[in-house]
Amino acid sequence: MKPLPITAWSVVSALGIGAAATLAALRARRSSLTENDFAPASGGGFIGRVAGVAGHHLPGAFARFTCRNNLLLDLALRADGFEAQVAATARRVGPERIGVVLGTSTSGITAGEAAFRQRDPASGALPGNFDFAHTQDFFSAARYVRAALGLAGPAFVVSTACASAARSFVDAAQLIAAGVIDAAVVGGADSLCHMTLAGFAALGLISPFPCRPCDAARAGLSIGEAAGLALLERDSEAPFALLGYGESSDGYHMSAPHPEARGAIAAMRDALARAALQPAAIDYINLHGTGTPANDASEDRAVFEIFADQTPCSSTKGFTGHTLGASGIVEAVIALLALHEGFLPGCLGVTRLDPSFRARVLLDNESRPIRRVLSNSFGFGGANCSLIFGRAG
Amino acid sequence: MMRADIRGVGLWGPGLEGWAQGRAVLTEAASFVPCPTDPPPPAILPANERRRAGPAARLALTVAEEALAGSGIAPATLRAVFVSSSGEGALVNSLLTTLAEPRAADQAISPTLFHNSVHNEAAGYWSIAHASRAPADSLAAHDASFANGLLKALAEITVEGEPVLFCLFDAPMPFPLSACRRTDFSFAMALLLAPPALRAACPLARLAGGFIPRPAPLTPPRLPALAALTAGNPAAQSLALLEALARRETRRLTAPLFDGHLALEIAPEI
Repeated sequence: MKPLPITAWSVVSALGIGAAATLAALRARRSSLTENDFAPASGGGFIGRVAGVAGHHLPGAFARFTCRNNLLLDLALRADGFEAQVAATARRVGPERIGVVLGTSTSGITAGEAAFRQRDPASGALPGNFDFAHTQDFFSAARYVRAALGLAGPAFVVSTACASAARSFVDAAQLIAAGVIDAAVVGGADSLCHMTLAGFAALGLISPFPCRPCDAARAGLSIGEAAGLALLERDSEAPFALLGYGESSDGYHMSAPHPEARGAIAAMRDALARAALQPAAIDYINLHGTGTPANDASEDRAVFEIFADQTPCSSTKGFTGHTLGASGIVEAVIALLALHEGFLPGCLGVTRLDPSFRARVLLDNESRPIRRVLSNSFGFGGANCSLIFGRAG
Repeated sequence: MMRADIRGVGLWGPGLEGWAQGRAVLTEAASFVPCPTDPPPPAILPANERRRAGPAARLALTVAEEALAGSGIAPATLRAVFVSSSGEGALVNSLLTTLAEPRAADQAISPTLFHNSVHNEAAGYWSIAHASRAPADSLAAHDASFANGLLKALAEITVEGEPVLFCLFDAPMPFPLSACRRTDFSFAMALLLAPPALRAACPLARLAGGFIPRPAPLTPPRLPALAALTAGNPAAQSLALLEALARRETRRLTAPLFDGHLALEIAPEI
């Protein structure tokens, strides 16, 4: 595929608001994970919570969109000059030529959780001020960002569980390549909620200590929240671009990875083929690396199958927690920071690398110029997505 | 305009139980007797998954299988785009009810219910049923799900040069979410779409579509009783397209896409 320039990006996670705070935490090897005080009884474990979300407010005209997920998205809109870059692009190509494709797995479900706690005792009805369409509804995330940015192109939410935000790059790239639009706002958000904390606990996947992807004693994931955005623009000047994407399904199980990682291998190979690159051209791999025993082992197998023990790889979920449907954009921004800064983040919290792993797992940060990064995102339903970012020229 | 051949079709709605019955109603060869029913469990799923899959996923798989049958396209390598406003809303309603119960925090929610509540549940079960490694997308755009979803499917066909299964579905949510999001009955449709360059056999029809940044209303089906369905389920916005397909008409249609619209042209294969 023709490289698709990325002209702006922003990120909000428990590491901080904006790319600079994110980079500083990665460089300092500072974990954002704290004891689960969001829903301590439903799940326990540790969480990556963004500070100050509840105190943030949406602009008055958009108050009906207020929910934790859209507050996170609004913080991302205002960070890193993102809003201004979109406005400049809209002036050039027209707001109807910019699409909005955002990933989320649970959208504004916290609003629904609150409404269900306030049901009328007699009728069972939800409170009258609960605005389902603008909060809990899946599409609410894209609807809000499209409205807040004043865009007028096509818009939808992609919800392929933890591959959602990564997938938004693919869907938008197809709309741009087909000529439907000239640019797209991609990325997404997922926010802390009782549903996912209790759900992952019910599946036995929550780590009792801060998650330690790739560690021999890893015991599951720590859930985080995040929002992030990127602006993809055809034929524009930008230092970095989306060079390739790959997608696949496991076709195996709703919530367990394929033991031989056939789907993950197919997604990475597909991304390399679309970017017309050999495996040796990739300088760093940001793993999905959730910290569950099965996921990390399966992904190591997949990475080794293609890259042998040559390409440095790491999971950054020890820093951010697993931000679920948002992880694809958080890790896309980390890939862009790695390219920009010549910086490779090592896994955090590993005391002993799983001795069965054969890929070249980075345990410490490294600094050197790099040209291309591959980022993996895998989700429930067996949804896999691999993205390759690199220098545009 | 982006172009695709329609190689297969699936349908399930009130009084429209499968394409054979639906086509008869849409061509006025049979009278429309709306009687909302759920489809039988999809035989394609292994017994365990058939028991576990939620009602919206079962609905989606029913029409997806019907569109696939006779298309001559192998499902194991077939791209899929599943589109639904509310996904498995009934399961979400159930989980939210459990989570709001007093001291629910001490009660584990069902792990199966939880992983089935993801929006891409239908896409996941589809790929499991066919041991498919092909991408299976899962999209939502509230009342504009039909227009945005079909637009994305046409873009994927155009760019990737491969067939795509487009599957549009929504199932009713129980109370209390039913009071916030109207879905009066189950409705689902699927189209097996292929790039014209891959034409191997005579398709059912040819389709072209594109985004136009000017408002346009939804083209309704001609029968008033069927037109009334379009307000009761966002997936039923596809009824005029299905009608044109059933009647083998050459027709221009529009579907609202926020402040713009999806413009469609359908023509029978000559």
